[in-house]
Amino acid sequence: MSKQKQASLLVQGYEVVIGFETHAQLATNSKIFSRAATAFGAEPNTQACAVDLALPGTLPVMNRAAVEHAIRFGLAVGSHVAEQSVFARKNYFYPDLPKGYQISQFEIPVVQGGEVSFYLGDEKKTVRLVRAHLEEDAGKSLHEDFIGQSGIDLNRAGTPLLEIVTEPDIRSSAEAVAYAKELHKIVTWIGICDGNMQEGSFRCDANVSVRKPGEPLGTRREIKNLNSFKFMQQAIDYEVRWQIEQLEDGYEIQQATVLFDPDTGETRAMRTKEDAADYRYFPDPDLPPLVIARSWVDEVKAAMPELPRAMAERLVADYGLPEYDATTLTQSPAMAAYFEVAAKACGQAKMASNWIMGEVSRRLNNEEKDIAQVPVSADTLAALLKRIADGTVSNNAAKQVMDALWSGEGQDVDAVIEAKGLKQMNDSGALEAIIDEVMAANAPMVEQFRAGKDKAFNALVGLVMKASKGKANPQQVNDVLRQKLG
Amino acid sequence: MTSKHIHEMGVAELAAAIADKQTSSVEAAQALLARAKQHGNLGAYLAFNEDATLAQARAADARVAAGERGPLLGVPVAHKDIFVTRDFPTTAGSKMLAGYQSPFDATVVAKLAGAGAVTLGKLNCDEFAMGGSNENSAFAVAHNPWDTGRVPGGSSGGSAVAVAARLAPAVTGTDTGGSIRQPASFCNVTGIKPTYGRCSRYGMVAFASSLDQAGPMARSAADCATLLTAMAGPDIDRDSTSLDRPAEDYTALLGKPREGASAAQPLKGLRIGLPKEFFGEGCAPDVVAAVRAALAEYEKLGATLVDISLPRTELSIPVYYIIAPAEASSNLSRFDGVKFGHRAAQYDDLVDMYQKTRSEGFGPEVQRRIMIGTYVLSHGYYDAYYLKAQQIRRLIAQDFQQAFAQCDVIAGPVAPTVAWKIGEKGDDPVANYLADIFTLPGSLAGLPGMSVPAGFGAGGLPVGLQLLGNYFKEGELLQAAHAFQQATDWHLKTPEGF
Repeated sequence: MSKQKQASLLVQGYEVVIGFETHAQLATNSKIFSRAATAFGAEPNTQACAVDLALPGTLPVMNRAAVEHAIRFGLAVGSHVAEQSVFARKNYFYPDLPKGYQISQFEIPVVQGGEVSFYLGDEKKTVRLVRAHLEEDAGKSLHEDFIGQSGIDLNRAGTPLLEIVTEPDIRSSAEAVAYAKELHKIVTWIGICDGNMQEGSFRCDANVSVRKPGEPLGTRREIKNLNSFKFMQQAIDYEVRWQIEQLEDGYEIQQATVLFDPDTGETRAMRTKEDAADYRYFPDPDLPPLVIARSWVDEVKAAMPELPRAMAERLVADYGLPEYDATTLTQSPAMAAYFEVAAKACGQAKMASNWIMGEVSRRLNNEEKDIAQVPVSADTLAALLKRIADGTVSNNAAKQVMDALWSGEGQDVDAVIEAKGLKQMNDSGALEAIIDEVMAANAPMVEQFRAGKDKAFNALVGLVMKASKGKANPQQVNDVLRQKLG
Repeated sequence: MTSKHIHEMGVAELAAAIADKQTSSVEAAQALLARAKQHGNLGAYLAFNEDATLAQARAADARVAAGERGPLLGVPVAHKDIFVTRDFPTTAGSKMLAGYQSPFDATVVAKLAGAGAVTLGKLNCDEFAMGGSNENSAFAVAHNPWDTGRVPGGSSGGSAVAVAARLAPAVTGTDTGGSIRQPASFCNVTGIKPTYGRCSRYGMVAFASSLDQAGPMARSAADCATLLTAMAGPDIDRDSTSLDRPAEDYTALLGKPREGASAAQPLKGLRIGLPKEFFGEGCAPDVVAAVRAALAEYEKLGATLVDISLPRTELSIPVYYIIAPAEASSNLSRFDGVKFGHRAAQYDDLVDMYQKTRSEGFGPEVQRRIMIGTYVLSHGYYDAYYLKAQQIRRLIAQDFQQAFAQCDVIAGPVAPTVAWKIGEKGDDPVANYLADIFTLPGSLAGLPGMSVPAGFGAGGLPVGLQLLGNYFKEGELLQAAHAFQQATDWHLKTPEGF
């Protein structure tokens, strides 16, 4: 990063330093150490078996699918997938933690190193990962609905999580959000997480500190459970301002865990370092080390889809798209596939990109639909784009065709163009007649143009287009008009 | 009706009598239940469920009537209260689990039931299997039938009492640091702890996960072999430490001479290693004498004795008393009053509820071990205690592998003394821990081990011979024990009045 750019990131002369811990819930059918189902939203305690309840005599058995998900993630971010990793117990008492310990990985995680790259504007940014480890989720304590008591729902207990930890490489709230979005894209793209932030499938904790450039790292405070990108930015911005104010007022930052309150827009400390628990981590004697054979990793690798960043780079190289388009089109595998089919079928990559990012996305957004639910197939879109390219319809007319295709009014592009009479006027005789009429009726404007007022030309073009009811080819209008105005 | 009483019959005899319809499973179960209740003052049993027992016995009789025969079909057995059972309450000897009813059977229990064994009831033990005298049971003191003023050993004390007093032909036990072998030794019972991972731990209330193993206790090595054959085998879908290795028939080698040996000297070629550390000053002379006599018998059977060394034997005590409490402190965290088991009646808040529940629910020895375990896992102490103990544990296992280069089995005393008086070591936890010195090394290494009745020491109290084998050598151990029992009758001796 250039000095200039770095300076531009400073907030009141402070450098912001952020590291992320993200809990991605793995999209497995059953829990990480038991056979109970993981579906969200079931009646309390209906998806907790004897193992999840920690009944005496029960033991954990590793879910192979969860490991496979971790391998996929490791491959997606260029990590080392450990041949042998170790499950450890994190001991603490809480009513929604049935065993009195959480099974996690501590000293030797399954995924080691790696990085996540993304664009912030036109600048490429890379965040290094420390690790990603497998662990089980706890249950839920429900403090409402039970006067003077708490309810415990253990449906979530034992749900597989991948905790993804970064180096403190992030330098602003905007970078933080961009990182989180890119990570979210990766885990959903490779199918290991449904990415549903409202349901808690993708939860971020941000470790935030500030320092004067060149100084050692400041004391960090951890903002827990950021479950929307919007709150993430707000929370970090507030936290950064708060920390700088504290320092400017001569206070020291105390290491703490804080929560963001979306209602007040503030972060609030929930516990400080003094009450930090000693988790007494030790290797779980109920689980042998997790051994992953190279052949298994190779198998998973062979089945991996093309990753979003690689695909974006390929879209730039193969289709000559700008980086922005490539990034936008690789939001999901379905979106990218839609683009590629359309672009190949019509041979107009940039036009396809524009239409997908514009007309298609706008309509999807309006209807709160996903690209998977798009009513106009990529082939149909391509057929329409071909008609723009060959001059059959104007861009504006094509939008009307799109409306008809979208609403189901028509299926075939040419039939819709025909039925709606949107074909451009390619008969130069008819066009010349219209132009002559327009010039005759607007003689003062013709004069103005000839006197050197270029603006008048555009007005005349508009009048011709109007007179042709939009069917004239604008380029042709231009050419003929200029010729006649001579 | 046979000439023998039901309670006088071992597993093989009883199974044959049931198969031959000389008696029935129901008749056997009723007789043994009556006898167990008659001797209730021994403190062997913690729970009965006569209806469930008789229903199982009737089902076994129906299988017999349908023409089925099996070495355990219809045979009544009883389970250490560490195994969870659907038909009987499970307490693990702790007030914490008083009245707890498991919704499932332990794998070992289910496997024995599948073989047709009938459950008589649940057997007393030290609380959460922590102890070597059964004095840590929250519910009842267990008495050694050879001298009811003495302890039966532990933690599977009730199991040993039930077999010794003929209240069950065979039982299950668990062994973490000697909890099958030592009570077997104290009560003149035959018991085997298999290789770690051979019996599923699913459904065993966990004490120390890396050490806990189930095993049978009975009146002979042959009966133990029959039970272990039914109990052991892979259970990898429920226990990740279960070994993925096919089940074996542990009766296969019984009565067969070793390869190249003769019927007269069936153990010819067997090298028995005697660790010098097991025969030193720490072992009582009466125990050494009985063990030496048994070894002389082995020589007559063709075995040769080899002097070996297990140099870290003494270290096994601190190593075990770091690792086992560390694992226990975590395993017992689930007993928090939230989901099952005891919860304090009155409390102010969550922390108060935890503290009162656990202070009331756990006995003093369990609390002591939770504190030790919590301490050794704490930040700043972990490396010095837990990690160091794990390193030494690996060295102890290596010592055994070096020893097994020189011998086929290792023999010595099970315990340094015969059974002590109830209350004698009550206030001295270290004295209790030191008594485990000969069983701990094998436990830490995960090796199979047996206690075989070897005669009697001071006061006419039983002495057990410990046999340790290399991994998966249960069959050879049982073969060696069986050969000894064919030549001697120590294992058939019954305490007076029983």
